[in-house]
Amino acid sequence: MSHWLAAAGGNSASIPAPHVEYGQLSPMLVVFGAAVAGILAEAFLPRRARYWSQVTIALLGLAGAFTAVIVLASQGYGSTRVDLLAMGAVALDGPALFLQGVILLVAVVAVLTYAERKVEPKAGGVPVDAFVAQAAATPGGEQERAAVRAGFASTEVFPLTMFAVGGMLLFPAANDLLTMFVALEVFSLPLYLLCALARRRRLLSQEAAVKYFLLGAFASAFFLFGTALLYGYAGSVRLGDIADVISGEAPATQALLSTTQNDALLLIGLALLSVGLLFKVGAVPFHSWTPDVYQGAPTPVTGFMAAATKVAAFGALMRLFYVAFPGLRWDWRPVMWGVAILTMVVGAVLAVTQQDVKRLLAYSSIAHAGFILTGVIATNKQGLGAVLFYLLAYSFVTLGAFAVVTLVRDSRGEATHLSSWAGLGRRSPLLAAVFALFLLAFAGIPLTSGFTGKFAVFQAAAAGGATPLVIIGVLSSAVAAFFYIRVIVLMFFSDPQPGGPTVAVPSAFTATAIGVGVLVTLGLGLLPQYFLDLASKVSPFVR
Amino acid sequence: MNPVNYLYLAGLLFTIGASGVLIRRNAIVLFMCVELMLNASNLALVTFSRLHGNLDGQIIAFFTMVVAAAEVVVGLAIIVSIFRTRHSASVDDSNLMKL
Repeated sequence: MSHWLAAAGGNSASIPAPHVEYGQLSPMLVVFGAAVAGILAEAFLPRRARYWSQVTIALLGLAGAFTAVIVLASQGYGSTRVDLLAMGAVALDGPALFLQGVILLVAVVAVLTYAERKVEPKAGGVPVDAFVAQAAATPGGEQERAAVRAGFASTEVFPLTMFAVGGMLLFPAANDLLTMFVALEVFSLPLYLLCALARRRRLLSQEAAVKYFLLGAFASAFFLFGTALLYGYAGSVRLGDIADVISGEAPATQALLSTTQNDALLLIGLALLSVGLLFKVGAVPFHSWTPDVYQGAPTPVTGFMAAATKVAAFGALMRLFYVAFPGLRWDWRPVMWGVAILTMVVGAVLAVTQQDVKRLLAYSSIAHAGFILTGVIATNKQGLGAVLFYLLAYSFVTLGAFAVVTLVRDSRGEATHLSSWAGLGRRSPLLAAVFALFLLAFAGIPLTSGFTGKFAVFQAAAAGGATPLVIIGVLSSAVAAFFYIRVIVLMFFSDPQPGGPTVAVPSAFTATAIGVGVLVTLGLGLLPQYFLDLASKVSPFVR
Repeated sequence: MNPVNYLYLAGLLFTIGASGVLIRRNAIVLFMCVELMLNASNLALVTFSRLHGNLDGQIIAFFTMVVAAAEVVVGLAIIVSIFRTRHSASVDDSNLMKL
C-alpha cells in the first residue's frame, strides 16, 4: 500500500457529501448571488441600462442579506443559540452575526456614495460618477479621451464591491484557518482593483492599487505560512481543535506527540497569522500602506474600505485570539500591548503633521485601530461588547466623513489639501458643521458615538487589568483631539481663500449617506443604551 | 527520507521569497517572490499532511493554488496598467505620495 492511500485513512469507496445549512448561511449566499447577478448584468445589459440595474441589484442584495441576518437573530441565533455551519467551517454566533449586520449596513451606505452622479461635471453629455471611464485606457491617452467622450462608466465597481462584502461577511465568521484565508483573499482582491479605478488623479489611484496589492499579497503570504505552521503543530486548522491541542485536551496521536514538543511551530505560526491580520487592521508597524492607499483610492471606496475592512478584520482577529489561543494569552497579550501602544501613539502623532484631509483621516483610522485593540486585549466579555459597539460607531463616522470629502471640490476634482478647507464654515455652514460633528466623534467628545465607544473600550480594558494601556489611550486621544480641533478651527475661524473650493450639491444618494452618518453618530452618542445592550447581550464565540 | 528536511526547505524558500520582496524593486519580481512564499507554504502544508497522516494539508494546498491564480489575475492587471502609464514596473518610481 502506498503512502498516499495510507494517509487517507484507508480506501473507503465513497466520499460522504458534506452537509451545508443553506438557510443559516443565507446572508453570505444572498450577497454572493447578487454579485454574480451583477456580473451577468454587466455582460448582457446595454451600457445605458447598467448603472441603474447595478445600483438596484446591489441595494436589493444587501437589503436581502440584512433581512436574513435579522431573521436569524430573531430565531435566537447570536444570543441564545449558536451553531457551527458547513461541517464546522463557519461559525454562527453573536459576534459573527452582529458584525455581519454592521458590514451590511456599512455596505448599503457605501453603495449610496458609489452611486453619486451629480457632483462630477458631466462628461460626454452624460452624468458620471467617481470612477474611471475605462480602467484599461492609459491615463491622458487618446483611448481614455474617446471613452470619456462616449460616456463610458465603470459599473463593475458594484459587483466588485458585493464580492468584497461577501468575503467580509465570511471573514469574522470563519471557524478554520483555511476559510479565514480564503475569505481574506475574497475581500482583498476586489478592494485592490477598486483602488485603481479613480476618475481623477489616476496616477495616484494606480500607485495606491499597486502598493496595496503588493503589500496585501505579502501579508497574506505570511498568514498562509502561519496557517501551515499551526497545522503542523496541531494537525488541524479548525480553531477549536487548535485550542484543544494547546490545552492538551486533544487525544494524543503519535504525530502530535512529536509536533507539540516544538513550541516554535506554535509561536511562530501565531506571530505570522497576527502579521496578516494586523496588516488588514492597519496597526503599527504594519500600517505604512494605509495613508497612501486611503489617499489614492477613489474617496467612496476609501470610505467603504476604511469602515468595512476594519470591522471584518477585527472580528477575525478576536475570533482567532479568543477561540484558538485563549491558552496562550500570556504569550500574545504582551505583544499586543506593544502593538496597541505603538498604534495609538504613532497614529495620533503622525496625524498632527498631515496636510491632506484624506491622509489625516487615514492616520486617525490607525489611531482608532489602536483604541479598538485595547478592547481586544481586555479579553473579557465586557471587552467583546465594547469592541463590537466601537466598530459600529466608528464605521458610520468614517463613512460620513469620507462622504463629506467627496463634496468639497475645485476644478481638478476633490480639494483634499487642508489649506483649501480654510473658511469652509463661512461658505457652507451646514457641510462644515456636519464635518465638525464627525471630527468631534473621532476625537471622542461626549454626546457623540465616539465618546461612548471609547469609554466602553477603555472601561473594559481597565477591568481587564490593562490600566497603563488606558492611560496611554487617553493621552493619545488628547493628542488626536488637537488635530481634529485644528481642522474645525481652520474651517470656522479662518478666512476663505480666494478661488478656493466650492461645495457641490449632492444628489439624494450622498445626502442620505451623510444623513445616516449624522443620525448614527448622534444616536449612539445621545441614546447609546439600546445598542450597548445589544452588543453586550451577544453570545461569546462558539467553538 | 526524513520529512523534516522538507520543512527546512519550505522555511528556506519562504525566507528567500520574503527577503526578495524587501530587496528587489521590480513589481513583477516582487510578485514572483510573493508566489514563492505561497509555494513554500504549500510545501510545508503537504509535508505536515504526511507527518500527521491526514489530508487537510493537501486540500489546503489546492485551495492555495486557486487563490494564487486569482491573485495573479488581479496583480498582473494592476501591474500592467501602471506599466502602461509609466513605462516602468519599478516600485521606486511610484512615489507621488510621500509622508
